[in-house]
Amino acid sequence: MTRAVSLAAAIFTALAGGGFGLADELRPYQIAGGAIAVSLTGTPGDAARGRAIVVNRTVGLCLLCHSGPFPEERFQGNLAPDLTGSGARWSVGELRLRMVDSHKLNADTIMPAYYAVDGLNRVAPAFRGKPLLTAEQIEDVVAFLATLRGQ
Amino acid sequence: MTGSLPRCLIVAIALAACVASANGGDIPLDQRRSGYADLGRDTKAMQDDDTSNPATLWVLDGEALWNQKAGSANRACAECHGDATASMKGVAARYPAFDAVQKSPIDLEQRINLCRTERQNATPFAFESHELLALTAFIGRQSRGMPIVSTDEKLKPAIEAGRKLFMQRIGQIDMSCAQCHDDNWGKHLTSSLVPQGHPTGYPIYRLEWQNLGSLQRRLRNCMIGMRAEPFDYGAPEAVALEAYLMWRARGLPVETPAVRP
Ligand code: HEC
Ligand code: HEC
Repeated sequence: MTRAVSLAAAIFTALAGGGFGLADELRPYQIAGGAIAVSLTGTPGDAARGRAIVVNRTVGLCLLCHSGPFPEERFQGNLAPDLTGSGARWSVGELRLRMVDSHKLNADTIMPAYYAVDGLNRVAPAFRGKPLLTAEQIEDVVAFLATLRGQ
Repeated sequence: MTGSLPRCLIVAIALAACVASANGGDIPLDQRRSGYADLGRDTKAMQDDDTSNPATLWVLDGEALWNQKAGSANRACAECHGDATASMKGVAARYPAFDAVQKSPIDLEQRINLCRTERQNATPFAFESHELLALTAFIGRQSRGMPIVSTDEKLKPAIEAGRKLFMQRIGQIDMSCAQCHDDNWGKHLTSSLVPQGHPTGYPIYRLEWQNLGSLQRRLRNCMIGMRAEPFDYGAPEAVALEAYLMWRARGLPVETPAVRP
């Protein structure tokens, strides 16, 4: 754990020093064992804020594809697994990797990488160089998903 | 050098994730279905009956424009082409078509505008203008019920280019057209049923637009949804995508003017 943090710190320093263009706005992270163990922000997210992001169809976009335990939300998508029980199926670190860059687990998945800006084509100018969610929002969503432990 | 090091590190520590493609590929010919198949009963009825189809207004305006003299040539479409019910039958079913003068594929809207500029000495209509939609709907209407034809060898390069665009992941959402329309048709993207994405009914009256719109407008909607930069109206990429969609829908009947949610 401490090694991961110091490695992350080392990468961060290098990134900041390297003067990258757009990508340098992203916080560095380390993937190990199918998970990103360390919070992108260094602090835990807020589950209530995370829920609001997940159900917001223009911010999280999650319900375009997923359904989940959101009885007040009409018209949930079915292009993706139901989110119910995600927090029981996956550790916090595994959830974080699935949010940050699910392509690392399945190159062909339609689940967008929410915290990546590289390797994209024809991004509309308003969204260029920006990840779908900020590091803070990712942590909020991860904190919320971790609470989804029911059946 | 120092600049590239951290990125290598990140890649090196990332999980290897080279899962073989799970994409389904082309929809088998006998499983293709128009968006019409999944319309509600009321919307189907609206499309089927000219007196309730809102697009009929455009078709009638298109007929009037067909017969109206225009430009400094002071000539109507009808003076060259005669009775559209005969001369325009089947035309929309085989567009985009290869234009020998332009040496490139052009779509029906571009064909109409070429006749405007070259034969009528008139200014071209703007894309999505009432006039251009009206004439396109009127000409398209003459092919209603006829199967889409895509056999011109000269279109092959455009169809191939269109296929590549259809398969390419684009936008901040980083999805391809194929990931929705080949791999996930029939499922629900929030409240919308994902259709196979066949261009059978264009221009369409879209209930969401409360207006008639072209195939290119529809494609722009999908691209904007993917947070991608849409192709400009009339761009070669847009026409290539149209040519691929028509090839992909070959044999399905033209429904112009269709109604969609
Ligand atoms: C465009 C479609 C799409 C969108 C939008 C989307 N996902 Fe996903 N998601 C998927 C698919 C498909 C999977 C299945 C995994 C795969 O394909 O590899 C998945 C998997 C997941 C998983 C793992 C589920 C499990 O139990 O295996 C979680 C958790 C998840 N998504 C959360 C989210 C959240 C939270 C959001 C929004 C912030 C979101 N997703 C947005 C398509 C999507
Ligand atoms: C995330 C899913 C998604 C992606 C990606 C997508 N589309 Fe669509 N597309 C839809 C949905 C949903 C509709 C139907 C909209 C509605 O009825 O509200 C649609 C409608 C269409 C239609 C109209 C079909 C008809 O019956 O009139 C065409 C054509 C089409 N898409 C082509 C494309 C092309 C080309 C691309 C890529 C540039 C693309 N789509 C990308 C979801 C998608």
